[in-house]
Amino acid sequence: MRVALFATCVNDAIYPSTAIATVKVLERLGVSVDFPAAQTCCGQPQFNTGYRRETEPLVRRMGRAFEGYDYIVTPSGSCVAMVRDNYPRVARRSGNEELTRAARSLVPRTYELTEFLVDVLGVTDTGAYYPHKVTYHPSCHGLRMLALGDRPYRLLRNVEGLELVELPAADECCGFGGTFAVKNPDVSAAMGADKVRNARSTAADVLCGADNSCLMHIGGILRRQDAPQRAIHIAEILASTEEEPLV
Amino acid sequence: MSGTFIGMPTFPQAARGAVHDVTLRANLRHATHTIRAKREKAVSELSDWAALREAGKRIKDHTLRHLDRYLVQVEETVTAAGGIVHWAADADEANRIVTRLVKETGESEVVKVKSMATQEIGLNEALEAEGIAAYETDLAELIVQLGKDRPSHILVPAIHRNRAEIRDIFRAEMGEWGRPAPDGLTDTPAELAEAARLHLREKFLRAKVGISGANFVVAETGTLVVVESEGNGRMCLTLPETLISVVGIEKIVPAWQDLEVFLQTLPRSSTAERMNPYTSTWTGTTDEDGPRAFHLVLLDNGRTDTLADEVGRQALRCIRCSACLNVCPVYERAGGHAYGSVYPGPIGAILTPQLRGTTSEIDASLPYASSLCGACYEVCPVAIDIPEVLVHLRERVADEGGRGHRLEKAAIRAAGWVLNHPGALAAGERVAAKTRRFHPKKLPGPGAGQWTNSRDLPPMPAEPFRDWWRKNRP
Repeated sequence: MRVALFATCVNDAIYPSTAIATVKVLERLGVSVDFPAAQTCCGQPQFNTGYRRETEPLVRRMGRAFEGYDYIVTPSGSCVAMVRDNYPRVARRSGNEELTRAARSLVPRTYELTEFLVDVLGVTDTGAYYPHKVTYHPSCHGLRMLALGDRPYRLLRNVEGLELVELPAADECCGFGGTFAVKNPDVSAAMGADKVRNARSTAADVLCGADNSCLMHIGGILRRQDAPQRAIHIAEILASTEEEPLV
Repeated sequence: MSGTFIGMPTFPQAARGAVHDVTLRANLRHATHTIRAKREKAVSELSDWAALREAGKRIKDHTLRHLDRYLVQVEETVTAAGGIVHWAADADEANRIVTRLVKETGESEVVKVKSMATQEIGLNEALEAEGIAAYETDLAELIVQLGKDRPSHILVPAIHRNRAEIRDIFRAEMGEWGRPAPDGLTDTPAELAEAARLHLREKFLRAKVGISGANFVVAETGTLVVVESEGNGRMCLTLPETLISVVGIEKIVPAWQDLEVFLQTLPRSSTAERMNPYTSTWTGTTDEDGPRAFHLVLLDNGRTDTLADEVGRQALRCIRCSACLNVCPVYERAGGHAYGSVYPGPIGAILTPQLRGTTSEIDASLPYASSLCGACYEVCPVAIDIPEVLVHLRERVADEGGRGHRLEKAAIRAAGWVLNHPGALAAGERVAAKTRRFHPKKLPGPGAGQWTNSRDLPPMPAEPFRDWWRKNRP
């Protein structure tokens, strides 16, 4: 089984610890992971802001970078949703053969991390240890476009020492929405404030999710409030062990 | 579309006021969350909801694909039933037709039942300019009209008002328009409803002309259908001597049997009821029963342009249930007025820029009034992929390169170059990592500055992932 890590541009540049954690979890479960250096970004920010044509070279690049791998695994629900939902659209609108091939080839091989663990590896216990109170925010793309369902919860429930508490109004958007956070700052901040109020009401030490862009938004509000709660990616919790704990 | 909303500020500007209006936020939150929960329950009662949703989508798509044929059929069947069909290409033409029809009756007053099409074209203002008073008779519309306000929700136009505000409006304004509010009116729902009932009853009994919209037009018989909760619509449809119905051309369904789908999905999606209290149907004219004259004004006003757009045309499937508004986190915080149109919320964000075009600032800002969370698509009973259309319209706006988009395009292109050259990307990441101690938490400038107004930027890592990989997995 040839597995490639798609780190995503956000994780590569800002949250390398998430990509490292993904590598560690997969390796611990016996998967040998490769990181094709030609990868950059899936094109989601460009596409969602209305720059479809500017997305095309990135679709082509993704196709080439991940050629030959059985699975492409990424710790980002929204980037997987971009590939699955929007690559076929980009390809169709372009009418370009290489893009069509790239989309057709990438869609069935691209997996979000928790999906890959549960569906492909058949694992719900990653052997993790994380003795903290945790609540989970199911980001919109993971929730609605990928229908991740209870996969992340099953993984978290099997983490030793972890106490999982329910997040009120979990299915409501946190207000990040890519460039939405910049184009509609007031509404975005109001949505984020409500999400953070709900998260803090759980008294959890950690809010975790499967998308660092949402966590950047939520975590940014938590930091601004000097809240004791932290926003952490689920991969880092799943990678944490007694020998090598996440601090 | 009408001039009513011309000069509206862009969505982000208009939303700013709403976000900080504590009463408005509380009113909207309470109302949308209540109906959201009820809808979910009403929908979960049906084991075949997914099939009904698919059927509704198919019926509408089929009708839109053959709209030319069904429009001709509607003209034939309505005419055969004793009605008169008028064609209006745009708002001005529709307003001219209706004004002329009212004037021909010699009347200077009309009663109206909730019709979004007439609000879309600004009919009330056009009638007023010709000395004709139009009285809204739907309770929520009455509140909006008396309050000299604008509707802010498709189904509950006065959703932004609470009971105390409504009592104040009734007390202050009812007397100006007809029967005044009773002395000592309180804000209990029963008293408010009774005051409205007495006020409206006088209007119904006096009116010689009624103006309505319609939820559906059945092509095979030329029958119009209105679904409502209060019965005021039925009074408007049956009591006046002349009835004028203004209907968008996308409201057609081919056959009566198609209603079996929509009369299940519409009430459940909109009011969370298994069945709406009143379903009225009318077909042309009948001797000694109901209106003596019936006019149907078929309105285009941007609909054929919308139909020509392969991705955007799905917006015409909309049956105006408002489920998408009630689940939308952006609508809940920005309120309906920020959308600058009679169609607010997610459906408004895709319908309005298609009907009106994207040349004005408000219309160009609407496709961005969404975080693309997808809750609207999930609840839509005719499966309109609203996020898909939003992104599609963003492309149109970005292509047109209006204010701000030229700079944005340049930035996207520059980023695109870097992202297509992994070496340059890695170098940039390294610079960012090396200089991380000098990065402020708050940034100046329009984009980043707005971000850091309410959030802290994350600290940069010591090295990007690709460098870690090279060192640790050689």
